[in-house]
Amino acid sequence: MFEAILLTVITASTPLVVAALGELVSQRSGVLNLGVEGMMIMGAVAAFATAQLTGSPYLGILGGIIGGGLFSLLFGFLTLTLVANQVATGLALTILGLGLSGQIGEAFVGMPGVRLQPLVIPVLSDIPFFGRVLFSQDLIFYMSVALVFGISWFLFKSRTGLKMRAIGDNHGSAHALGINVVRTRYLAVLFGGACAGLAGAQLSLVYTPQWVENMTAGRGWIALALVVFASWRPLRVLAGGYLFGAVGIGQLHAQLLAQSGGIAIPSQLLSALPYAATIVVLIIISHNRRTTLINTPASLGKPFVPDR
Amino acid sequence: MTFEGVEASPLLSVRGLSKLFGSFAACDAIDLDIGHGEIHALLGENGAGKSTLVKMLFGVLQPTAGTISWEGRPVVIPSPGEARRLGVGMVFQHFSLFEALTVAENIALSLDPRTPLAKIAEETATVSKAYGLPLDPSAHVADLSVGERQRIEIIRALLQNPKLIILDEPTSVLTPQEAERLFETLMRLKAEGRSVLYISHRLEEVQRICDRATVLRHGKVTGDCDPRKETPASLARMMVGTEVAEVQRADAGAFGDVLVEVAKVSVAPRTPFAVSLKDISLKVRAGEVLAIAGVAGNGQSELFDALSGEYPISDDDGIRLRGKPVGRLRINGRRLLGAGFVPEERHGHAAVSALSLSDNLLLARSRSDKKAFLAGGPLSILRRDAILSASRRICSIMDVRKSGDDPAAGSLSGGNLQKFIVGRELDRQPSVLVVNQPTWGVDAGAASRIRQALVDLAKAGSAVIVISQDLDEIFEIATTIAVISDGKLSDPYPAGELTLEQIGLLMGGIHERHSGVETAHAH
Repeated sequence: MFEAILLTVITASTPLVVAALGELVSQRSGVLNLGVEGMMIMGAVAAFATAQLTGSPYLGILGGIIGGGLFSLLFGFLTLTLVANQVATGLALTILGLGLSGQIGEAFVGMPGVRLQPLVIPVLSDIPFFGRVLFSQDLIFYMSVALVFGISWFLFKSRTGLKMRAIGDNHGSAHALGINVVRTRYLAVLFGGACAGLAGAQLSLVYTPQWVENMTAGRGWIALALVVFASWRPLRVLAGGYLFGAVGIGQLHAQLLAQSGGIAIPSQLLSALPYAATIVVLIIISHNRRTTLINTPASLGKPFVPDR
Repeated sequence: MTFEGVEASPLLSVRGLSKLFGSFAACDAIDLDIGHGEIHALLGENGAGKSTLVKMLFGVLQPTAGTISWEGRPVVIPSPGEARRLGVGMVFQHFSLFEALTVAENIALSLDPRTPLAKIAEETATVSKAYGLPLDPSAHVADLSVGERQRIEIIRALLQNPKLIILDEPTSVLTPQEAERLFETLMRLKAEGRSVLYISHRLEEVQRICDRATVLRHGKVTGDCDPRKETPASLARMMVGTEVAEVQRADAGAFGDVLVEVAKVSVAPRTPFAVSLKDISLKVRAGEVLAIAGVAGNGQSELFDALSGEYPISDDDGIRLRGKPVGRLRINGRRLLGAGFVPEERHGHAAVSALSLSDNLLLARSRSDKKAFLAGGPLSILRRDAILSASRRICSIMDVRKSGDDPAAGSLSGGNLQKFIVGRELDRQPSVLVVNQPTWGVDAGAASRIRQALVDLAKAGSAVIVISQDLDEIFEIATTIAVISDGKLSDPYPAGELTLEQIGLLMGGIHERHSGVETAHAH
C-alpha cells in the first residue's frame, strides 16, 4: 500500500519538478515567464500527437520538448526582442497555449495513448523497496533527477551559470562587462520551454496516457510557485516538488476516504489543499530575508534595453 | 612621458570625439592625450560629459564622430570586452557589482573564463593584500560596505593587467589613510608604466598626484594643463566657468540652547547587513554644525534612521528635539517639531525619480506643511499652485538648473537634484537639520552652494548635523566634529583642534590612543 502511494507521488511530482527547474533557469537569468502552463500543455499535446503518429513514446518525448521549446521562443521574441511586458506576455502565452492545444488535440480526444514504459535498471532494481521505487521508473523520472543535479552544477559551478546568475542579478552591469544579455536570456527561456514541454510529455505519456483538454490542470502555476518556494535553488525544487506532489495525492486519498466513510467534506476544499500549502510555505520562506536577498534574481521581470 | 623614446606616440589619443543624444551634445569635439605611465586627471562638474567620454573609451557607448587611437593605431571600441582586450580597466563610480554573488565570482566575470574560480579567489586575496586593499574573496557583495565594494572594482581592474586604468571618484569613500594607500598604489602603477585616467572633484588630490589634467565643461574641453602649476581656484574656474565661492564658516563658541540631545542610544541591527549603534550620545546647540565623520558602513545610515525617526527607537527619552522626547515619534512627528531631514540616497529615498519636483516636494512635506499645500480639510485636495510656486522658489534660491518648469526628479543631474532636496528642507527653516552625505557625487559648484546653505542655517540659529565621509567638507563647514566607527560615536571635538591624522585614527576606531585632544563639551 505504502509503496503504491509512493509510486503515485513520484508520478505526480515529476512534472512539477521538471517544469519548475526550467522556469528556475529562466528566472535565474532574470526572465519571469508566466506562460509555464501554456508551454506545458503545448508540450503535452505535441508529445501525444508525435507518439500517436510514430508509435514511439520516445519520439513523443522529443516532440514534447520541441513543442514547449518552440512555444517559448514566441515568448522570447515578444519579451526579449520586442521588449514587451513579461507578465502580460506570459499570461497571454498560457491562454494561447490552452486554446491552441485544444484545437490541435481535438482529433486525438478519446484515443488510447501510447504509454511510456518504465526502464528497469538491472542490479539496482533488485534492491528491496528502493529498487522498485527508484530504479524501475520511466525515462522522464531519471531525466528529472539528472536535471536537478545538472542545473545545480551548471548554476553554481560553471562559468556560464555564473554569467547567467550575474545577468539575473543586474543586467545593466552584466552588459557593461560584455556579457550578451539577450542571447543568454533567449537560451534560458528556450531551456525553460523545453523543460515545460518535457513535463507536459510526462502528463500525456505517463501520468494519464491520453489527450484531455486542459490536462495540465494548473500544474504550470504550481511549478511557478515552486520556483519562489525553493528560493531559486534546484535541490529545494526537488524537495518542494515532492511535497506538493504528496499533498496532491494525499488530498485524493482523503477524498476517497471521506466518501467511503460518508463524511461530507466538500471536495473543492480538499482540491484547494495544494494551493493553500503553497501560500503557507511561501509565507514561511519569505521570513528569511537574507536568503531571499542572496537568491532572488534582482532584475527578475525587468525589461532590458541596452543604451547605445 | 615616454620610455627611452620607444613609445613615441601616446598610449591613448582622442581627436574630435563627439556624442550626440538627439540634438544634445554630451561630448563635443573632445581632444585628449594620455601618455605612458601618466596619471591624467579628468575634471568637470556633473553633466560636463566626463562619464559619457569615459563610457566611449570603455566601449559602453559608441561615439557619433571622432577618432580614438590606441598606441598610435586608430581603433574602434565596440564593447567593454574589446576595451579590456586592448588593456583598458575601469572602476565605475556607480559600482557595477552583483550583490548576490561573492567577491571572487564578481571578479571572475570579467576575467578569462578558463581561469578556475579557486585560482581567482587566491589571486584576489594576494593582489588585494599587495595593494593594501584587503578583501575576503568568499564574502557576498551584499554584506560589504561601499568602501569595500570599491576595492572589488579596483582589484577587478588590476587583475586584468591593464595598460590604462580609469578611476571614477575613487577616494570619496576612503579614510585619509586608505586614500594615502590608494595614492601609493597609483604611484606604483605609474612606476610599472601603466597609465591612469583619474576622475575626481577633489582638486587637492588632483594637484598632488596627477601629471596632467583635462577639464571639461558642457561637453567641451575648457582646460588642458599641468595641475601642479595651477591653483585650486584656477582649476575650479575652468570647471565651473566662474569662481567657486568659498564657504564662510559659522563662528565657533557663540552657541545657544541645546536643540538636539541623544542620550546613550543603542539600536540592534535591523537587517543582517546593518551595523548596530552602541551607546550613542550627542548634543547639538543652536548655531552649531556637528559633523559626523566616518568610513561608509560604520553605522551612518543607522544613526540617520534613528535621528530622523524613519525607524523610531524604543526609548522615547533617548532622543530629544528642543527638549521634547521624540524617540518613538516617526519622521512626520519630528518634522512637525521643526526638524528637517535629508537622507543619503537621492534616487528612491530622498526623491522619487519618476515624479516631478513639485510632487517630490509634496511627498516630503504634505504632513508638515498641510495648511500650505492641502485644502478642503479631510478631503486633502492638492493646492497645485501653492506647491508649484514653493517648488519654483526653492529652485531659484538654490540655483537648481533644470529643463522645463517642473521636470521629473530623475532628469536632473545629481548636483542639481541634491540642491533641490536640501532646499526643500531649508525652505521650511527647520530649527534642526540632519543631513546624510550632503554632497556625495555632487560637483564643486553645487557642493559649495549646499555647504554655504547649511552654514547659513546654523548662523541663523538652527542646529545642524552633517553626516559625511568627505573630510574636506567637514573641515569646511563644521564647528564641532565627532567620528563614528563600528556603530560607536567618539566624543565631539571643536573643529579647530582636530588634525586630519587624528580623525583618521578615530575613523579606524582607535579612541584610547587619542587622549591629546580635550573634549569640547562637558557631559
